[in-house]
Amino acid sequence: MSAEPAAAGFGSEAGSRGRRALKALLSTGTIFLLLFILLAWIAVLNPNFLEPGPFLAYLKRAAPLVILAAGSYFVLISGGFDLSVGSIVTVVVVVAARLIDGDAGRTWPVIVLLLAIGAAVGVFNGVVSTLLRVPSFITTLGTLLMLEGAVFLWTGGAPRGALAENFRAIGREGIEGIPLIDELPWSVLLLVAIGVGAVLLMRADYGRQLIATGDNDRAARLSGVRVEQVRIIAFVLSGTLAAVAGIMLGGFAGVSAQVGQGLEFDAITACVLGGVVLGGGRGSVVAAMAGALTLEALFTWLNLQGISGALEDTVQGVIIIAAVAFAAYRLRGAR
Amino acid sequence: MTVVDPPETHPRPPRERRSASWRRGALASPAAPVFGALIGVFILAWIVVTIRGGDFLTVSNIVNMLQRSVALGIVSAGQTLVILLGSLDLSVSQVISLSSLLAATTMDGQSANVIPAILLVLGVGALIGLANGLIITKLRVNAFIATLGMALIISGIIQNNWDGPAGRVSEGFESFGYTRFGIVPASAFLLLAVVVLVYALLRYTRFGYRIYAVGGDEEVSKLSGLRTHRTIVTAHVLCSMLAAVTGLFLASRLGSGTPTVGTDGGYDLESIAAVVLGGTALMGGRGGVLGTIGGVFILAVLDNTFNQLEVNAFLKDVVRGLIIIAAVAVYARRQGRDA
Repeated sequence: MSAEPAAAGFGSEAGSRGRRALKALLSTGTIFLLLFILLAWIAVLNPNFLEPGPFLAYLKRAAPLVILAAGSYFVLISGGFDLSVGSIVTVVVVVAARLIDGDAGRTWPVIVLLLAIGAAVGVFNGVVSTLLRVPSFITTLGTLLMLEGAVFLWTGGAPRGALAENFRAIGREGIEGIPLIDELPWSVLLLVAIGVGAVLLMRADYGRQLIATGDNDRAARLSGVRVEQVRIIAFVLSGTLAAVAGIMLGGFAGVSAQVGQGLEFDAITACVLGGVVLGGGRGSVVAAMAGALTLEALFTWLNLQGISGALEDTVQGVIIIAAVAFAAYRLRGAR
Repeated sequence: MTVVDPPETHPRPPRERRSASWRRGALASPAAPVFGALIGVFILAWIVVTIRGGDFLTVSNIVNMLQRSVALGIVSAGQTLVILLGSLDLSVSQVISLSSLLAATTMDGQSANVIPAILLVLGVGALIGLANGLIITKLRVNAFIATLGMALIISGIIQNNWDGPAGRVSEGFESFGYTRFGIVPASAFLLLAVVVLVYALLRYTRFGYRIYAVGGDEEVSKLSGLRTHRTIVTAHVLCSMLAAVTGLFLASRLGSGTPTVGTDGGYDLESIAAVVLGGTALMGGRGGVLGTIGGVFILAVLDNTFNQLEVNAFLKDVVRGLIIIAAVAVYARRQGRDA
């Protein structure tokens, strides 16, 4: 159940709880070990990486993926898939550019609209997957097709318009003039806020119901969990967080039709690296976010290693398979 | 050895099964609603296209649709095998691209090289499938991640070695893509052969029964003495080999190998959509290859209609997404409350 080892106290079933906590630590611990090794390796290759400036820049780069991974976590843990998050990111960026069109005054209303779009896509995904009983893999695959088609139908094939400076600031600027670290990026602040929020949510009633639903939805239903409602909320969280990530990426990477491509797979990979079991019911949100940080560290590492752009994919593929296999091996060993 | 009943037959008592007429058998087949939907879509498309002044029910148009279904049909037949197991394969697009490149560069325009090229491509396909299967079973990596990782690996290898179309297939091999017997293109027979083969494999061999058993419940199959790992690995080998055949076919159509031929076609997600559109459960254990072909044809009819109506390419995606969701929602309703 709870993946936080600290949460497993010395209750009446201390034995099984202890073992479960050990298992959780081993399965989620792997990712922190991997993250630590990668960061240390990067620091060896590039000694000033661990200074506040470059390290915050790394966190800033990683923030959208970490937020996407947190969103995907909610859906994965409930036993579903969300393949639409990449297309939500694309939609958010393209819609923002067209509606804002360089006018700073429109930024905030548009942001509200974008978050609403993300949430609405989530409601659609959730309702179709639960009430109409379409497997979420197919629902969100359909949503992906529809969103990408719709947004380019609306803009006539290529993104138009421009983002205002204050919109871009969310992804690329921060609070200036802080001693020691010089600048605290907004995206890192948002990242921390969303991370804390996600942990608190997973510790609240909703989180426990979500894990129970993913683990065994019949048992959860019989014990009074509103399974459909819990799942729909998970999709809404995923859609909304994807919109947040899109707002950041728009500022960070600029307007393009490819901005969200493949992000859904990156997000799911990050979660699985963090020990989340596809099919639901097992994994912790902190580990999923650590998985995203690891993936971003992996990209940085590959850059520093000077591995040519072409073979980068190959190395990434090998490492992902190896890491997940290692996690599976550790998990089995602890049984 | 355990004998597992094919899932189509076990819900009915034997006496009823014996007396079932051919018609009843055909209608009770899990593929029936898919072909019902296909006929519906077909008639609708016919009416709409004819009203708009296009040609729908002409021989050339139907042959055209058939030809466009061949590539997706072959990959989807392979994808059916692994989805029935409860697995899936996201690496097929990259396998298609790689095998088209390997075929074209090995042949290099010489007809003497055709056989070695085909053997090489099939061998590489089998090896990739073997790797997928072993990663999934022995390393216990989830199929989603294992095949996604494999897709990344192959994509890196392709990008490292080729940056554009390469090689040239021999003339004889190229003509295969365009040969016709009467009005029927030779490639349609390739598709037919693949479908018949996969159908027979699933329906009449032990291996086929094992696939349904493992897809139904892997743990139970293992406890009943099935070598589940062997079944999973074999299915993945077959799936990747069929993707390699698709690559060969596309190389023959295009005359050379292309690094993006698989990803441009979106064959990974498209083939999964076709399989699910064909009524196969994504969790495995239920469905079959006939439904998949129905699903492929539905997608082909839609594509053809949109092209004839000159529908905006982006609107096409919107409608296609909607139809996939709607169709699967209808199947889910039919399957009743236990899902």
